[in-house]
Amino acid sequence: MPLPPLPDSAVTVGAHASDWRDAVELAGEALTRSGATEQGYGARMIQVIEEFGAYIVIAPGLALAHARPGPDVHHDGLSVVTLDEPVVFGHPHNDPVSVVIGLAVSTPEGHVRSVAELANVFNDPEAIPALAAAADVAEVQRILTLTEDAAR
Amino acid sequence: MKIVAICGAGIGTSGILKVNAERVLERLGLDADVAAADIASVTSAASDAQIILTSPELVDRIGPTNADVIVVQNYFDLDELEQKLDEALG
Repeated sequence: MPLPPLPDSAVTVGAHASDWRDAVELAGEALTRSGATEQGYGARMIQVIEEFGAYIVIAPGLALAHARPGPDVHHDGLSVVTLDEPVVFGHPHNDPVSVVIGLAVSTPEGHVRSVAELANVFNDPEAIPALAAAADVAEVQRILTLTEDAAR
Repeated sequence: MKIVAICGAGIGTSGILKVNAERVLERLGLDADVAAADIASVTSAASDAQIILTSPELVDRIGPTNADVIVVQNYFDLDELEQKLDEALG
């Protein structure tokens, strides 16, 4: 299964976030803008971090924000937010974060296959710095799709 | 052999750990069943597991277990994962 689509509306480049909550909310707004989720999904992604800590910062500089499937998820979706200044999430090794990926899945079964594609992209150590430095939406989309093609 | 990848919500991060653990096991030539689970179901999901993979933020929530707990810092660093799995299984 390929990654969920990444339309222009799901990408925000060079945004400013005052703290980690703000950064996750931006990823939620991008998911809502793209039609994948309702407005409240961003708040649910924040709740996951409040409950379990910053474990979603899974690699240096990268947060994979997500919540459980729910009625506020219209379809599987991905969003990407790059920050003008990195923010601290409170992870012991991987702070600060400059790229936030928002992930929404409609069924628990679907997620393992689509995140396998994310691993194809990010197992390349250049991918996170390249995303953080991307100048526009098209470059973000190119990084996420090119590496996916290369992994086939 | 059974390995369980644990995350908070059971969506997303444990899936990445599962996928990359499977890649590393293949590199090491080892055969294991890797499952993804959330922290709430760790007790049942990991009851017969040899290894639990998780993040530094969640390790204190796992509770008593007979499994080896491996803490992974960078989920996309296959070398880190390979070294830690090799150590635990070697």
